[in-house]
Amino acid sequence: MFGPHLNQDTRGIRVRLLSSRRRHPAAKALLLVFGLFMMGAFYSVIAPPAQVSAETGTSQQVEEGKALFAVGCASCHGLNGEGQTTGVIQGPPLAGVGAAAVDFQVSTGRMPMAKPGEQAPVKPNRYSEEEIAALGAYVATLGPGPAIPEPAEYDPANLSAEDLARGGELFRTNCSACHNFEGAGGALPNGKYAPPLIGLDHKRIYEAMLTGPQQMPVFSDEVLTPEDKRAIIGYLDTLHEQPASGGLALGGIGPVSEGLWAWIIGLGSLVIFAMWIAAKGVKAK
Amino acid sequence: MTDDTSHGQSSTEVATVDEERYPVPDPGLEAHLPRLTDVDENAADRATRQVATFFGLVPLLSIGFVVVYFAVPGDAWVDFGPLKANSRNLLLGLTFGLALLFLGLGAVQWARKLMDDEEMIDYRHSAASSEDDKNYMLTELDKVVDESKITRRKIIGRTLLAALATILLPMIVGLADLGPWPTKKKRAETIERTIWAPGVRVVQDVTFAPIKPEDIEIGQLINAEPANLQELHGSEFQIEKAKAAVIVVRMDPNTIIIPPSREGWQIGGILCYSKICTHVGCPISLWEQQTHHLLCPCHQSTFDLGDAGKVVFGPANRPLPQLPITTDAEGYIVAQRDFLVPVGPSYFERDSRNDTEVTI
Repeated sequence: MFGPHLNQDTRGIRVRLLSSRRRHPAAKALLLVFGLFMMGAFYSVIAPPAQVSAETGTSQQVEEGKALFAVGCASCHGLNGEGQTTGVIQGPPLAGVGAAAVDFQVSTGRMPMAKPGEQAPVKPNRYSEEEIAALGAYVATLGPGPAIPEPAEYDPANLSAEDLARGGELFRTNCSACHNFEGAGGALPNGKYAPPLIGLDHKRIYEAMLTGPQQMPVFSDEVLTPEDKRAIIGYLDTLHEQPASGGLALGGIGPVSEGLWAWIIGLGSLVIFAMWIAAKGVKAK
Repeated sequence: MTDDTSHGQSSTEVATVDEERYPVPDPGLEAHLPRLTDVDENAADRATRQVATFFGLVPLLSIGFVVVYFAVPGDAWVDFGPLKANSRNLLLGLTFGLALLFLGLGAVQWARKLMDDEEMIDYRHSAASSEDDKNYMLTELDKVVDESKITRRKIIGRTLLAALATILLPMIVGLADLGPWPTKKKRAETIERTIWAPGVRVVQDVTFAPIKPEDIEIGQLINAEPANLQELHGSEFQIEKAKAAVIVVRMDPNTIIIPPSREGWQIGGILCYSKICTHVGCPISLWEQQTHHLLCPCHQSTFDLGDAGKVVFGPANRPLPQLPITTDAEGYIVAQRDFLVPVGPSYFERDSRNDTEVTI
């Protein structure tokens, strides 16, 4: 009994409210916003979900990569990655280096270089993963090159003891000449160096072997197979898990550091002792 | 002998007597100055306390060594920053090392501060024995010879001599193992050849997988061996591997210099060089792919693989020998023949100055 009466009453109030504000100056704008919002909501319901994937080669990603390349890389590598071999600022051509080389160089901060030099040092990386993927996708369009490796290729889990031993043999044959028997790194001529391999991301080691960054030679998958590379990575892991229980390891770089200690600390203290023994003490006058 | 007596005289006299041999007058000994500890009893007492403290620490440390030896378990480890060591070894070394050090410090401090430090001259005397001693020795020797009966029963002396002479033979014959004597023929069949031969496949070291040229990228380095190395075992394997090891590299043919005589030794910029340094024979594979330089870690000899393996730096005196390669019917890389010049260090018997001009 009370209900219909009340309902009729409130409806009357609402209608009166709307009609009375119909000519309010903000009404048009509000109506427009409301309409746009409704259209957007409607579109998001019926439209297909957008492609969110890091797959190399999607044209949008390549476009993004090209834009990033023009900003961060083109000053040395040329506007189209053709390279610059004359002038003060030089950079190698990038056709055929592949997405793996871009991933290695940019994610370790080696590229873009802060200044020209003998060797690009590792520094903090300013690019996000998506940006690196976009750069890689763009550089991959310049010429066929190695793609970014999959975890199945470089993950050294489940390697047998035999694989690790083979990895050790391969490491000593192919890598130790520059990177030292322990993977502690070493010096090269003219201020260049082979970086230490201790505590590195597995993917980085794999990419370095695959692409041969800077002075490092290439070890292509056809010659040094992915299984061989995985064995080398697994061997490095087991090598660096060993406790260094021989006292002071001195960096494990062999006769250089040990000789330095023997000369400066060992011989130095003997010389000081000899001087003390032979020195004239305090005389009475 | 005569000089000795003149040395005893004052220095001015020596200078006038023999100006030829002693042109500068001998200044003689410095005047002796007493030390602080010689005149100041307190300083001497202090030095005594120092020496006694050093010596007194030695028994403590020695006993400490014995205690550590029995008390510290052998499987305990010290892990402190860069130092990771067996606790027992570390403590044994510290206690005994410091004990030795303090013993030495005490002795030196004693000699420096407290022992008499008056300088003295003691002249050299003749090393010869006196006539009496010589005569006594000779008569004794005669007596021994007589008593041994060796003069009467001569056969003993002769057989002993023969025995002593022949027992040296085994030792002398053993010296032949330092050889063989490097005759021309011996050199030709050992250091002047390797097991590379026409058609022998170039295979990867360790895995012995054959290599196809199309699998090698520009800038690639392969440590390789001859395929027939697998047939060898033991020391023979090691000897042949030490000579036959090679590296295969691929460079952009437009950026390197290939002498016309070696045009046919390579496959589109893929070149094969000996891995053995021509200085003292270290294996080298430290290759910079951009400069094409191969660096020996032993003495920094540097070879330019983009220019017929010429030496660009370091003590090596001749270029790295290049192995002529081609492909077989199945498309794998094979050697055309053995190296044209011996691999490894140079040696006196061979003139290696024209190695670069050698052609097939």
